[in-house]
Amino acid sequence: MTGVVVVGAGIVGAACAWYLARAGVEVTVLERDTVAGGTSSAGEGNILVSDKPPGPVLELALWSRRLWQDVAGELGPAAIEWEPKGGLVVAESPSDLDRVHRLVERQRAAGVVATELSADQLSQVEPRLASGLAGGAFFPQDAQVQPMLATAYLLKGVEVRTGTEVRELRTGPSGEVTGVRTADGTVVPAAAVVNATGVAGADLAAQAGTRLPIEPRRGFILVTEPLRGAREPAPIRHKVYTAGYADAVASDDPGVQTAAVIECTRAGTVLIGSSRERRGFDDAYPVPVLRRLAAQAVALFPFLARVRVLRAFHGFRPYTPDHLPVIGPDPRMPGLWHACGHEGAGIGLAPATGAMIAAMITGGAPAVDPAPFSPARFR
Amino acid sequence: MTYDLAVVGAGPAGLAAAVTAAQAGCRVALLDAAPHLGGQFWRHRDSSGAGHRAWSVFATLRAALLDSDVDYHAGAAVWAAEADPPGFVLHVEGMAPVVARHVLFATGTHDRSLPFPGWDLPGVVTPGAAQALLKGSGVPVGRRVVVAGAGPFLLPVAVGLLSAGVQVVGVYEAGNPWRYLYRPWVLTAARLREAAGYLARLARRGVPYRTRHAVVAARGTGAVSEVEVARLDRHGRPVAGSARTVACDALAIGYGFTPQIELPLALGCATRLDVDGNLVLEADLAGRTSVAGVFAAGEVTGVGGASLALVEGRLVAAVVALACGRPSPFTELELSRLLSRRSAERRFAALMHQVHAPPAGWVSWLDDRTPVCRCEEVPYAAVRAAVTQLRATTGRAVKGLCRTGMGWCQGRVCGHATAALTAHLCGRDLGPADLETFARRPVAQPVTLATLAGEGRPDRFPDGGRPGPQRVRPGDVSPRTSADP
Amino acid sequence: MSGRSRRRRPGPPAPTFTFQFDGRPVPAAPGQTVAAALWAAGVRSWRTTRVTGAPRGLFCGIGVCFDCLVTIDGTRNVRACLAPARAGMRVTTQVGVGDDV
Repeated sequence: MTGVVVVGAGIVGAACAWYLARAGVEVTVLERDTVAGGTSSAGEGNILVSDKPPGPVLELALWSRRLWQDVAGELGPAAIEWEPKGGLVVAESPSDLDRVHRLVERQRAAGVVATELSADQLSQVEPRLASGLAGGAFFPQDAQVQPMLATAYLLKGVEVRTGTEVRELRTGPSGEVTGVRTADGTVVPAAAVVNATGVAGADLAAQAGTRLPIEPRRGFILVTEPLRGAREPAPIRHKVYTAGYADAVASDDPGVQTAAVIECTRAGTVLIGSSRERRGFDDAYPVPVLRRLAAQAVALFPFLARVRVLRAFHGFRPYTPDHLPVIGPDPRMPGLWHACGHEGAGIGLAPATGAMIAAMITGGAPAVDPAPFSPARFR
Repeated sequence: MTYDLAVVGAGPAGLAAAVTAAQAGCRVALLDAAPHLGGQFWRHRDSSGAGHRAWSVFATLRAALLDSDVDYHAGAAVWAAEADPPGFVLHVEGMAPVVARHVLFATGTHDRSLPFPGWDLPGVVTPGAAQALLKGSGVPVGRRVVVAGAGPFLLPVAVGLLSAGVQVVGVYEAGNPWRYLYRPWVLTAARLREAAGYLARLARRGVPYRTRHAVVAARGTGAVSEVEVARLDRHGRPVAGSARTVACDALAIGYGFTPQIELPLALGCATRLDVDGNLVLEADLAGRTSVAGVFAAGEVTGVGGASLALVEGRLVAAVVALACGRPSPFTELELSRLLSRRSAERRFAALMHQVHAPPAGWVSWLDDRTPVCRCEEVPYAAVRAAVTQLRATTGRAVKGLCRTGMGWCQGRVCGHATAALTAHLCGRDLGPADLETFARRPVAQPVTLATLAGEGRPDRFPDGGRPGPQRVRPGDVSPRTSADP
Repeated sequence: MSGRSRRRRPGPPAPTFTFQFDGRPVPAAPGQTVAAALWAAGVRSWRTTRVTGAPRGLFCGIGVCFDCLVTIDGTRNVRACLAPARAGMRVTTQVGVGDDV
């Protein structure tokens, strides 16, 4: 068959290309800007199972985490700054701790590994945490990666055309996809097209007459000065976040939700998130939101008070109203596949998405049931 | 209190604007991160003005400022700017935010650098550093100094060092100043006299001034002890075999200046790529940017020197005064003179940028280990690999893959070079988008998380290097002594 | 022009106090920055970088490059080119990101 065109060279598109290539398919990735030019370069590189309640996304995340282990091994863990450091959920009050316990029980039943921690144990595991916390839980399966590097390395060996915007889906007599037309008029033939355009996912889908209600959900991250050299221990050992984070992810409130998410990077900086709000593509930096991120960070790690913020960046998560990504065949246009709408979990869920898409395109059976992610569900 | 005008930057443009607007009756706040007025151009240690050009202009403006109602805050570093309709709010470290209906960014420039092997050796500094050491602290940068790079600024730096008893081993200009004579009508008598004066002083002291020459390498153990100087061909490439070794104990090298525009960028101001390869703010004759209420004057609208900055500052003040219902501070004749002066200065600046353009072949003098980003120590080989192996096609992609521009200076030093390098490796021209990624800084100065969190605990001296903001009143002009707290 | 050549060139300011750099006294004059005083004393670098351990001192001299970071009185990351020298200051070479994170 002629090859497959993947539209979008973000982490999800890169993962789709990776798995398709492994299945022997000829892949061409078309990207309107640059490798990891969208949301993939605007996050913390989270690979989390800890923040997901039992359900299809958790199942996908657990599978994806296993795949990440293999992918990282093949790409080179150091090259992509792979850190299987584990995540720490911290409860600031007894009632928060209670909610954490109840969630952990349900997650365990679904296959998540977790250890509940008392306040004392918390401070042993993460010595610079503030005192007075109620307790928490440790999730060894949580990991972190440098997402731009991961995307770029996944694409090594794949044909990628950057600066190439797809303007039109081309179809044949039965309405099946035959290729795409790019902005400069070139037609790239393809037996299948994968829409991995992230936060712009709705646009390409609309060409097939399919409604994908993907909207931008803005987030900001603060980055501190480097706090250690390469061979020194990190002042923050795990990915640490407060119990409120899962609520923020699951919220449908368009107003700003913030919840502390803090970790060190290989480069020695500390990344401080997180915020979520639906304000279209507004890219102004409201100081009140940055203030909240800073205040929450200092409340968790008092030593951060005197640490300097060098920069801040923002991104637009591809949000769907039911908080499930869109993975699967377009309901109207044979040969068009969607792989987008991963909200803030794109990095973590990318390998499973790629494997799922590759399996479905080549007629195999994905390890996780794709039905909940069906693009047809929005009719 | 809401000011009519907040001015960020107290160099020539900001000072002229603040004084003019205040004299016209506007309520003005003037903020500058430095402890003294004058910006880089009028950096000084004492009040004598020794060694300074146009000192009387500065002295007059300073006296006028201190005589006015301007709320001048020295040591005030603005770390964020936000729209706060109907005006703007400026967040300043160590003091309450400043709210104003109009804001003028006159934030000036810093030296622009191009990497070369050995440029990270101690003793290699920018011409601005040599100037700051000498004018600000009375310390010469070395005993046997090479001055190099491009631009008219190399001359006063070299002559200033000579006046301080330093042996200037040579001045190496990459451009070809004979090209000024292609459009001699653009040169004023004053400029010609100034240049002739500098060149004569160099000649009298036997200091070679070589055009179409560049320092292509610096060497030394622990500090620079010699540099390699090569002749450049018509295309700005080092001529093979022309390199000579020159012994020195300091190298002051820079290729023009880059404006600091992160605050107006945060407010959404439009930019353009200027003739000198800088990203500058788009502004009209009166300094209006694309955002209503936001003004720009001086180097941020295009590098053009202090005379242009003074004119632009005055023009902004005139417009702001009128917008506040005050009478114009200038007569029609004065305004038309200011405008024609502005045109003349901009014409000169355009020619200057052409004459002193960074040599097009500079990439060829890099080796694999040459650091491109000093802060994060990113070598050229990594930048090249990001483009050729990892498919980075924009400055932003290179930054994300290599960390160039992610360190303390946030791309101030490496931004132009990384953007130009990326374009070169991609086989295309430098574009504004490449530069923008290194020009945008939503957090404009490194602030502590405590400051950001709004816990207004002032940093204890000497944290950050500056003593913190203080309101300056008339009579506060005397330099601080070691007895000060 | 002839009048100018007779003007006495201003010498460096006379030092009136000292501060400590890595345990040794460094003379400084009022109004000088720490970087300038160190430079006048022949010191060219006062920190090492965190990735390769390379020596760094002054570069831009105006506070924008952050190359000149040094530890003063136990506070890390002070820009030596901006910090006014003060009598009795304890300036120490900063290794990488410095101590006391």
